[in-house]
Amino acid sequence: MKAIFRVFPVFFISLTYFLAPQAYAQDWVRTGTNLGNERIRLAAADFKPVGSDPQTAPLKAIFDSTLFSDLSNAGIFDMVSKSLAPQAMPGSPQEIVLGQWSAVPANAAMVAFGALAVANGRLVVYGWLMDARTAGSAPVLVRQYNEAASEEMARTVAHRFADDIILRLGGGINGIAETKIYFVSNRTGSKEIWVMDYDGANQHAITHLGSISLSPRISPDNSRIAFASLGNEGWAIRMYSLDLGRLVSFPTGAVGGSNQSPAWSADGSTIAFSSARSGHPDIWVADASGSNAHSVTPFGSDVAPVWNPRTGNQLAFVSGRTGEPQIYVMDKDGSNVQRMTDGGYAISPSWQPSGGMLAFAWNRKYGPGDPGGYDIYIMDIASKNWLQATHEAGINDFPSWSPDGRHIVFQRQIGHRTQIWTMLADGTDQHQLTYSGDNTMPNWSWK
Amino acid sequence: MKLRYSILTSFLLFVALTAVSGCKKHQPLPPAEATAPAPAAAPTAQLTATPTVISAGDQVQLTWQTTNATSVSIDGIGDVPSVGVKTVLPTESTTYHLVARGEGGSADASAHVTVNAPPAVSVPSTSMTEEEEFSAHVQPIFFDYDNYDIRPDAQATLAKNADYLVAHPNIKIVIGGYCDERGSDEYNLVLGQNRAQAAKTALITAGVAADRIRVISYGKEKPFCTESTEECWQLNRRDGFTIDR
Repeated sequence: MKAIFRVFPVFFISLTYFLAPQAYAQDWVRTGTNLGNERIRLAAADFKPVGSDPQTAPLKAIFDSTLFSDLSNAGIFDMVSKSLAPQAMPGSPQEIVLGQWSAVPANAAMVAFGALAVANGRLVVYGWLMDARTAGSAPVLVRQYNEAASEEMARTVAHRFADDIILRLGGGINGIAETKIYFVSNRTGSKEIWVMDYDGANQHAITHLGSISLSPRISPDNSRIAFASLGNEGWAIRMYSLDLGRLVSFPTGAVGGSNQSPAWSADGSTIAFSSARSGHPDIWVADASGSNAHSVTPFGSDVAPVWNPRTGNQLAFVSGRTGEPQIYVMDKDGSNVQRMTDGGYAISPSWQPSGGMLAFAWNRKYGPGDPGGYDIYIMDIASKNWLQATHEAGINDFPSWSPDGRHIVFQRQIGHRTQIWTMLADGTDQHQLTYSGDNTMPNWSWK
Repeated sequence: MKLRYSILTSFLLFVALTAVSGCKKHQPLPPAEATAPAPAAAPTAQLTATPTVISAGDQVQLTWQTTNATSVSIDGIGDVPSVGVKTVLPTESTTYHLVARGEGGSADASAHVTVNAPPAVSVPSTSMTEEEEFSAHVQPIFFDYDNYDIRPDAQATLAKNADYLVAHPNIKIVIGGYCDERGSDEYNLVLGQNRAQAAKTALITAGVAADRIRVISYGKEKPFCTESTEECWQLNRRDGFTIDR
């Protein structure tokens, strides 16, 4: 008995020790990632079909499901499931009975609704957002969209209405429903650069080089993709213009045959990359035009740079200078190098858009109950507090932040297949975006 | 718990014993049938090659399955397990022939692979011998995990490689650095670069002119072996040497 009493306080103290940082961690994560601590209870009514055009029904079905999915994916709403929502399809503020939506079981605080019509090849959508609990108040949001009638535009209009709602209710942060994810896929037989919508729709190849292309990084203005590609002379940073639909010149990109992992600065003026042109792999920086290349690290074994998108004055990168690779942060001239990870195998940093956090892949090989896990972590740079976002599910790598800082896209290998997944930045709501071939190295567009 | 298990076990034993003795009573086996040795089942064998048409240098996966066999062999490969998968690199059209032998006889299976010659290039016929001689004398070297130090066994190989290259001053080479599948694509390209560079430095030290050597990292992009085993990983952690043309 005595022994138990002696052990108990120790047990209690260690319990507090393990629980307290976790509780604290959740706070800094949800605040730091703009996810907030409370979700708004939101209902999205099915839109009212107007007119007799045969395209109306199929486009409405696409619109309704896309809108609901975008709002669910946003990470800031507690969505009223369709099974709990009233059956009504109110087409205007005059037609909606707000009490139906605020009452149990829907219990909505806000309700999005409207009407959709197809006429003369045009898709016209009227959307409203209203406070369900305050009868008689003015709509929070009134929107009208008029686009060519197509499945693509039905999705696009739903994305825009969703983003308008997210901007209004989500603390003034732009939604991500119209953003893209660039990635590498081998489904044509060689590793090429591909793109898809943020929700996995519209997957298609951009390059057809028949070689091995890696590490796509979209420019901040969505006009160019920098990536690494293997040719007869080794690895070159290549530049693909989305405006011109072809490769454009990037003169310094091929020097030495060992260039890879490009990264755009947030103003689009500068590119950092890894190059062994001086004999060992260092971080180099050049103008986006490909001139003024110079190295900023002197040691070798440096790769995967990424700029602080907030300031443009710092770079995070991976270095094997002390053995297994670790994450480092330095000023853009190479000074003030600071090691961020304290061991294990840490790779693939992505810098949060608002500047305060890094996401990266880490095999810590030690720590509570997680030997050998290869997971995505997020770290608060100032305090070096970290949160493990994935747990015991495959080999996870290449996290990339969404522009709203609320989401992270990453690759997950299970067995011999690798697919792209997305999740909220605190590790919740994980779902798979790709299913065909192997898909890797996702990179989320800046807007 | 223990008590319950022992009751359960006794009950099951009782049921089993009753069943066996009951059986004996009603259906005594005819003695002739009981003593005659049952004829051993004849072996069966299946062998497939995927794909069946390749270009020289491509890999083919052989998959085989046998039953009732005590020994299984494939011509040119030797004894193999009764069920298995093997990657082969046929350089010319080949018929793989598998024989399964068992107490009930033998069975065989074949799979044909057509190897199309790589596109003809106008290389003088002597250069094929040069190519062959080169790969006979200049051997790959292997590395430890996440490391680019030249191991003692690799130093011996590199010394021989250097001798050959010093004796053949007109040959230029590419050193390819390769890694196993673990870790990221990007960091493995760095590791492969360091591995290739380490061999380049060693060859230069041994008297090979620096301008005769190019290095390319293949990271984990071009594995020689695709299984997740230490044997396979070791095969992939290497520097490969080829003539630079």
